[in-house]
Amino acid sequence: MTSIIKIVDLKKKLGDRMISDGINLEIPTGQTTVILGRSGEGKSILLKQIIGLMKPDSGTIMVEGTDVTKLSEKARADQYAKFGYVFQFAALLDSLTIFENIGITLLEKGESVDVVLPIVKEKLSLVNLSHDVLYKYPADLSGGMRKRVGLARTLLTSPEVILYDEPTTGLDPITSRVIHDLICDMQHHLKITTVIISHDVEIFKYADNVALLHQGKIRYFGDAKTIWQSDNPYIYQFIRGDINGPIQHTANENR
Amino acid sequence: MVHLISLLGRITLQVCELLGSFSLFVFNVLRALVTKRLRLHRVITQMEVIGVGSLIIVILTGTFSGMVFALQSYIGFQRVGGEQFIGAVVALGMVRELGPVLTGLMITGRAGSGIAAEIGTMRITEQIDALTTLSINPYNYLIVPRLVASTIILPFLALFAMLCGIVGGYVVCVHVLQLSAEDYISNVSTCVEMRDIIGGMIKSAVFGFILSAVGAYQGFFAHGGARGVGAATTQAVVTGSIMILISNYMLTKMLEHL
Repeated sequence: MTSIIKIVDLKKKLGDRMISDGINLEIPTGQTTVILGRSGEGKSILLKQIIGLMKPDSGTIMVEGTDVTKLSEKARADQYAKFGYVFQFAALLDSLTIFENIGITLLEKGESVDVVLPIVKEKLSLVNLSHDVLYKYPADLSGGMRKRVGLARTLLTSPEVILYDEPTTGLDPITSRVIHDLICDMQHHLKITTVIISHDVEIFKYADNVALLHQGKIRYFGDAKTIWQSDNPYIYQFIRGDINGPIQHTANENR
Repeated sequence: MVHLISLLGRITLQVCELLGSFSLFVFNVLRALVTKRLRLHRVITQMEVIGVGSLIIVILTGTFSGMVFALQSYIGFQRVGGEQFIGAVVALGMVRELGPVLTGLMITGRAGSGIAAEIGTMRITEQIDALTTLSINPYNYLIVPRLVASTIILPFLALFAMLCGIVGGYVVCVHVLQLSAEDYISNVSTCVEMRDIIGGMIKSAVFGFILSAVGAYQGFFAHGGARGVGAATTQAVVTGSIMILISNYMLTKMLEHL
């Protein structure tokens, strides 16, 4: 299995805190990889380093053989086109309608509304949203609907990789299930490499691989189907929510 | 003594860092302005938000400043028997100084803080990151329209303030102080030259640039949730006002021989 993303010895310090302390990780092409970890472990920062929103202090992030940490500003802008990023709280632009939010990349390129509208409608259907929301504003939608709009916006650029930052945080179990199913559908139909940041153990059902981030390092990487049989002490403790084990309860507060 | 030197060093470093970061920000905005397509519809929207939305406070500020200026001038001129010069003093004061500066300060309070709050909220809710990941230059999309709009609209707002100030002075001189209307009008038309008006408008354009650049900078680098946005908004007003007052002296000196 080839890897579309290869992270080698990635280090990032914020203030006195070592967020990424030598991360090594390979994301297999066309599969769903879940990165688990406790709150505050730097999972979102890892995603932001992968896409280029944050620059690491050292280490390399190879995307299809190109080290994205050394790209020029213009080359990085081109690199963004390969990625889709679904933000934790969708990050829709408040002042724009749903149509404008989803179609923003095409509208900014100067495409007419007549050209963009059918494409936006198609993406809305892909994320199981009715066309009634087109001219509403983000504030008029529920959390789950906003996340689906965020995904539709990402799909517009036909990315090779989609990064999801805690896609079900703050959602009820039923809506979480709907979002998980949607992510799974996208991955199967569009063959997109998917990276999901989560601490929701339900996500294993939809994933191919699981990585566990703890104290700036990847402590476990393995097949999602066999995760419950793993005797790795970190993953064993994390997925069972055990207080005793190598992951200390106060670890985040002390660092 | 060592503590004092260390404190001085720290402050110097912080000031240099701030100036460097602000210069880089302005450079990025200007580069986006030159290299990317200018979205005229977005500039016009911002001109409406900043300009039309601020018209009432500019009219009120200009009118009452002119009225107070006329009253205060009367007290001084009466002592030396020069009441007939009040019109000239009010008009020149409003056109060269008070119109541009008061407009700049009022718009900093209203629109500069608004820019900081809006962009700051977009920063903490990751909307700016979202734009970046969609390959949309946030400088070009968010900052350039605001900067261009405020630089264009401020001179016109200042013109309103100047006119209202002169009219306010007229009302006080003629209807309150019972001075001659002809004297006031002839004083104004004799003393105020086109170069005074152009100088005032140039100042206003610079103030417009400053207030939106400072507001956008504070918002763009806001962090720390709602508290951070609040702090960015306050900083935008304080820093913007101080920069307007300092640059006003320099501009006055530079435009002396216009």
